[in-house]
Amino acid sequence: MNGYLHLWLIPLLPFAGFLFNGVLGKRLPKWIVTTVALLAPLASFALVLLAVSSLLGAQDGPSPFPFVETCPLAWINIGTLHIDFSFILDQLSLVMLLVVTGVGFLIHIYSVGYMKVEAGYARYFSYLNLFLFFMTVLVLAGNALLMFVGWEGVGLASYLLIGFWFQKTTAADAGKKAFIVNRIGDFGFLIGMFLLLANFGTLTFTEIATKLGQDPGWTGGVVTVIALCLLLGATGKSAQLPLYIWLPDAMEGPTPVSALIHAATMVTAGVYMIARNHVLFDHSPFALSIVAVVGAATALFAATIALVQTDIKRVLAYSTISQLGYMFLGCGVAAYSAAIFHLVTHAFFKALLFLAAGSVIHAIGGEQDLRKMGGLRKKLPVTFAVTTVGVLAIAGIPPFAGFFSKDAILAAAFAQGDTGKALWFVGLLTALLTSFYMFRLWYLAFFGKPRSEAETHHHPTPWSMLVPLVILALLSIGGGWISGAWTGVGRFGSFLAPVLGLTATDPESAALEVTLSVVAVVVAVLGWFMAELFYGQKPDSPAKLAAALPGAYKLLVGKYYVDQIYGACIVKPLLLFSKYFLSPVVDTALLGGTAWLLGGTATFAGALLQRWQSGNLRSYAAWLTAGAAAVLLFVVVPWYLVWPASLDFVWKVARH
Amino acid sequence: MSTFLSQQVPLSWYLLLSAVLFSLGIIGFLIKRNLITVFMSIELMLNAVNLSFVTFARQWQFCDPSTQGCLLAQAHAVKGQIFVFFVMMVAAAEAAVGLAIIIAVFRARATLAVDRIDLMKL
Repeated sequence: MNGYLHLWLIPLLPFAGFLFNGVLGKRLPKWIVTTVALLAPLASFALVLLAVSSLLGAQDGPSPFPFVETCPLAWINIGTLHIDFSFILDQLSLVMLLVVTGVGFLIHIYSVGYMKVEAGYARYFSYLNLFLFFMTVLVLAGNALLMFVGWEGVGLASYLLIGFWFQKTTAADAGKKAFIVNRIGDFGFLIGMFLLLANFGTLTFTEIATKLGQDPGWTGGVVTVIALCLLLGATGKSAQLPLYIWLPDAMEGPTPVSALIHAATMVTAGVYMIARNHVLFDHSPFALSIVAVVGAATALFAATIALVQTDIKRVLAYSTISQLGYMFLGCGVAAYSAAIFHLVTHAFFKALLFLAAGSVIHAIGGEQDLRKMGGLRKKLPVTFAVTTVGVLAIAGIPPFAGFFSKDAILAAAFAQGDTGKALWFVGLLTALLTSFYMFRLWYLAFFGKPRSEAETHHHPTPWSMLVPLVILALLSIGGGWISGAWTGVGRFGSFLAPVLGLTATDPESAALEVTLSVVAVVVAVLGWFMAELFYGQKPDSPAKLAAALPGAYKLLVGKYYVDQIYGACIVKPLLLFSKYFLSPVVDTALLGGTAWLLGGTATFAGALLQRWQSGNLRSYAAWLTAGAAAVLLFVVVPWYLVWPASLDFVWKVARH
Repeated sequence: MSTFLSQQVPLSWYLLLSAVLFSLGIIGFLIKRNLITVFMSIELMLNAVNLSFVTFARQWQFCDPSTQGCLLAQAHAVKGQIFVFFVMMVAAAEAAVGLAIIIAVFRARATLAVDRIDLMKL
């Protein structure tokens, strides 16, 4: 790579923005805060584009990838353990960086309009820049430990931004929930890293891959355990079963945050991490199958909950969980490039949908309940248009972006034998549900008659919110074409192949692929048709259906009572344990007792010694004399006559 | 061994005098109630020490050159003299600071009885 590209600048620029706005932002005029906050991600994005251009420039020569940049000072250097601050730029991290900084920059612009009247404007942008810092560290990291730093950092930024309106109890609680649930996943990541160190002696991704490649004996056993530990980490960050519960609550944060962190970038970190460590997963078919099953189960599970959600942002949140399930499914059938492809297109259309939802919420004064919307297509024509694009994209209607990537994953699943066909069927069913609930949202929000007062006085949408929407809409229309093929991952896959390898099993024939994609489109249209029937033509039919199936409806509205089950099985026992054991025994008795003992001893000794300090000059004089006499006695008296052994000690001291 | 001192006054006399002076100093330091007297007792102790320093210095300076170690002893003897000057300097400095403190104490408390200078008491 050329000499003038400095990878470390990509994360550090947003960090500078964070420091500037975090420290000074409160005292500065808004336009300075805005300028700094926007320039930081823009500059990072420009640097990434520079990397792309140098890649294009070097097309004829040897591949410049992977380009590794290592800080000359070692980070950790203990015995055989050697860990550097090293950044790696290869095809995978380049794609991810483009998404993170590009979509991130668009959402920064959008936030200017969305957060205009909020108190804590500078705080918001400093958090957002902090997030970009950690996310780029995560993506660029050349070893698992540095990735973990980014991983924890984005969790922190997520926590801060979910609880941005911390005066609201629900927001503060949601932030804590996200943080704590993610801890469980991080525990898995940590254990995985320890096992990597114990078995491979390194945390550098390329070295691990080399060691695995050298010895074909690495299968199953310890590799499976490592892969499963990493998977646990990924399920936490990427909101998969069983740790998905934090993501719906995370919608308490500002909507642009939901778009950036909880849809487009941070939650896809789990997928990225699996793709980055795909060699490990390749060596453990069992772990791979678990990834696939978790993904497929989550996709279907979240899609069914999304069917009955009434909060516009929660529909999108469950849809995000479901789409992340698709990506896991893609990883699980070893179609990593298809998963990354879906990650990219999903970043486009889900960010678009969230921002459009934010635009709706902004326009009608903070209302998020779909049942109180309706008929908005005339009042918000641009928002309506871009939402339509987003809905078509996520539903998988060609030629919008979602069709290509979803199809690539489903085709890869279908090619994986009987289990693969079952997974494919689950994916197809999810596609049907996805199409249905997205068009449901579309009909409820934009068609029919206004259903509440909130809409009557709507605010105009500022250009700073519209421009990102339009750009993202264009990306959602054309983003699928980066594959350059109607089926499969095409040239996108071959671009990523040096890192991720070609998708393991290509379907037998092109005809089969075409058939599969036709089936997928038919299913998507069917979902649309059903939504049209339920919410377009006969608006009373959903209520009738709910009345006909009360048990199922209640189960879905209650979100399968997972929160309640976790509450009863984990949270409550923990609270009771804390209340009746940790608090009285460990905290009060053990820790408090120890502290009391230490303090008490000091106080007692002080009370005794205090008498010495009589303030009487002559008593000091007496003590002084007594001390001098004692020293004299020690020096003059031949103690070795009294106790001969003491002479040995004197000799020893003298010899030293 | 010694030529100059021992013929007139034995070494032990000097040391005995020094010890007596030092003991008097200690006793005065401990039992006197007037701050000035306590202060003078400290000076007495310092000078008692000085006396033994110069005594030993003289003692070693006039050793018999044929005795083993005499040359070394003579080289060291001058240090005893020098040390006395150090002690005197410290005593002078102490006198300056100490008297200043005593004057300040007297101005503040209108007394020099050590038993009544007890404001440091808790």
